[in-house]
Amino acid sequence: MLAGRKRRLALLALVAAYLLLLALAPTALGDAITPESGGGSKNATDIDTLYKITLYIAIVIFLIVEGTLIWSIVRYRARRGGPEPAQVRGNTPLEVGWTVGAALILVVLTVVTFLYLGGIKDPPASGPSGLQADTAQFASVDQPRPPKGSSRSLNLKVNGQQYVWRYDYPGQGSLFSYYEMVVPTNTTITLDINASDVIHSWWIPKLGGKADAVPGHTNHTWFKVTEPGLYRGQCAELCGAGHADMRAVVRAVPPDEFRAWETRQRNDIRAAQTALSEQRREREKRGEID
Amino acid sequence: MEVAALTREEVQPRPEVVVHGLQERPRGWLEWLTTTDHKRIGLLYLFATFVFFIIGGVEALLMRLQLAQPNGTLFPGETYNALVTMHGTTMVFLFVVPVLAGFGNYMVPLMIGARDMAFPRLNALSFWLLLFGGIVFYVSLFFDPPQAGWTMYTPLSDDAFSSTGGVDAWILLIHLTGLSSLIGAINFVATIHNMRARGMSWGRMPLFVWAILIYSYLLIVALPSVAAAVTMLLTDRHFGTDFFDPTGGGDPLLWQHLFWFFGHPEVYIMVLPAFGMISEIIPVFARKPIFGYKAIAASTVAIAFLGLLVWAHHMFATPTSTVVLAFFMLSSFTIAVPTGVKIFNWIATLWKGQIVFKTAMMFATALPALFVIGGISGVLLAIFPVDWQLTDTYFVVAHLHYVLFGGSVFGIFAGLYYWFPKMSGRLLSEGLGKLSFWTMFVGFNMTFLVQHSAGLSGMPRRIYDYSEQLHVSGYNLVSTIGSFILGIGVLITVINVLVSVRSGRKAGNDPWRGNTLEWFVSSPPPENNFDVAPRVRSVEPMKDIRREVDRANRPAGSVAQPVASGT
Repeated sequence: MLAGRKRRLALLALVAAYLLLLALAPTALGDAITPESGGGSKNATDIDTLYKITLYIAIVIFLIVEGTLIWSIVRYRARRGGPEPAQVRGNTPLEVGWTVGAALILVVLTVVTFLYLGGIKDPPASGPSGLQADTAQFASVDQPRPPKGSSRSLNLKVNGQQYVWRYDYPGQGSLFSYYEMVVPTNTTITLDINASDVIHSWWIPKLGGKADAVPGHTNHTWFKVTEPGLYRGQCAELCGAGHADMRAVVRAVPPDEFRAWETRQRNDIRAAQTALSEQRREREKRGEID
Repeated sequence: MEVAALTREEVQPRPEVVVHGLQERPRGWLEWLTTTDHKRIGLLYLFATFVFFIIGGVEALLMRLQLAQPNGTLFPGETYNALVTMHGTTMVFLFVVPVLAGFGNYMVPLMIGARDMAFPRLNALSFWLLLFGGIVFYVSLFFDPPQAGWTMYTPLSDDAFSSTGGVDAWILLIHLTGLSSLIGAINFVATIHNMRARGMSWGRMPLFVWAILIYSYLLIVALPSVAAAVTMLLTDRHFGTDFFDPTGGGDPLLWQHLFWFFGHPEVYIMVLPAFGMISEIIPVFARKPIFGYKAIAASTVAIAFLGLLVWAHHMFATPTSTVVLAFFMLSSFTIAVPTGVKIFNWIATLWKGQIVFKTAMMFATALPALFVIGGISGVLLAIFPVDWQLTDTYFVVAHLHYVLFGGSVFGIFAGLYYWFPKMSGRLLSEGLGKLSFWTMFVGFNMTFLVQHSAGLSGMPRRIYDYSEQLHVSGYNLVSTIGSFILGIGVLITVINVLVSVRSGRKAGNDPWRGNTLEWFVSSPPPENNFDVAPRVRSVEPMKDIRREVDRANRPAGSVAQPVASGT
């Protein structure tokens, strides 16, 4: 009898400890249960907030359900000589109640989602300290959705290939880069994303959600970085043996520095092209190629 | 516990001719090869699928070994991707779906008071198609296993990027196991509609039978879509069509739509029968009737119907218009309601019961506890802007394992511990059973709870290594250790089965004081199941029978007080 009571007490203590741990989890392990994605760009921050709101509602539901379940399991264990339990077969008001209750919570989640959707989906205008572009250079003819109230944004073409990302910048003369995308801060960057072989998925966690790069389709997303720095990510759709190695980094720099990089990169590419054609001409002259 | 004394002799069946022109049956292994008995076929299913479960589990452990530390070097990317593909395919097509067919095969005729399935030979064909599907798939190990993931997304699975025969082996597996499931499903539907005992109206049918019926209808609706898709993939690969090839005017997204139109109902195909099992087990061990029988049966139907309307929530990151995304978010939300109803009903069944914690009941009560976590992460994933951040990360891996392991597999283990005495005539060891339960429970949560965090930290799924910069090394190490604890837990049950099948205690007809008709017959049941199927007067026919036996015995002052006397 005593042993039984001790065991029950120990069990209750265990359950209490477990519940306490769960209750403390959000504060102590905040890092572990929320995405490490906010802070880079507004869309990522909004997704973060939306996740957290849902999570807090979910934690309440979780505690109620698990609490009732564990309570029932502990409290209503069979005891020797215990009475035959009442043979209850249902309770219509109660059942209707929890059905409607569950539905109402989902209505709330729907409303919250649509409140945040605009901020996540629609690219805003670039900030005043963003890239001051002469529109001729940066407007893209086939840009899908110009940002609200302003046409000042930088539109990049992102192309996924096994196992590297290629970025094409607008403007005259070719300007492109692989792996590292250099962007100006405080400037809205819109991305047109596609793939040239298999499906890849563009993802920089701090700069917003994923956008699948599907051959034959163009997907869109955007970001706007305020803090200069490196933002890392990697391909999120299985694309072959090197999937894990298909990484990407966005380097955000102040607009002046971006201009400098842009000029240097354009010149480098032009120089490389010139060198290539000279080489070809020389080898033709030597009769090495037709 | 006193061995239940309710035998056929005591019920005094009317004499009747049961078999005409009895043919001599082959003996030994030939008998297993040629059998059309639903119980033997059920056992074949269970044995084969558990072997595949072990193989799939070993593949999972190999992946966890590779990921235990950053920059793992155990396998190159190709081998790792093959493991990913084999593990997913094995668990879905060769374990969870067919193991449920195995339980259904064995139990449905017994639970509805029938002597066999409607089409015994088709039933045997179902099993052999499944086995050959599995063998065809695993033979690819000897040339080149598929590496494009169990979802086999095009163009990666197309001939340009997966030129070896592994994908073709996978396609054949889908066709063979699909045909097996389709034939099996038709058999279940015919059996359940036509062969129920007298008095077993729809409102008195056991909830597990309800679940198997809905499982069958879902298979019939969903399978043609994937059968069409893999046929198109086969012709794309070998006969020059371009259904999914963008360079020829096809569309890779068509594959995803066709695949997930099957793939999402498949999730409910895998989980509804497990829900059905614990809807049988919980009331038996709580010594209370199931709370809200009609609500549970109706929610099964509702989940199945809604489950057909949510497939594109697997495709939230694809180039798809916002209206479509919003539709699939809302339809996915609505599924949370009937699922929640089930969980509330199970808890209400436990409430104020007298709960007897046999191993079967421990697995059964763990199911709602774990499934709630999978359900909640499911709601988070259904919010499509949030999904943009979470999809294709370890958060999804954690979510789907809480649904399919915490839901289906814990249910399957509950069913195993609950029905093993009926199938073998012997009880499984409770000591080993409880040890297995706690090892699996701890191991499972260790493996998959931290995977949520790894995903939230930015770890994509299906990567064969990761860098230290990602700060997920700790999570992965815990997960790997947990997976081996989980493996040990499964192993303990395997040992338990192997030991108990020979030397376990005799179970008797009705060791748990069950509610349904399978506990009326001897353990293991005779070949014809019932000489006379009892007339069913309520949703718990065995309770009625026990009461009747009590009443018959009391006035006579007989010593026999067989089963109603408690433990």
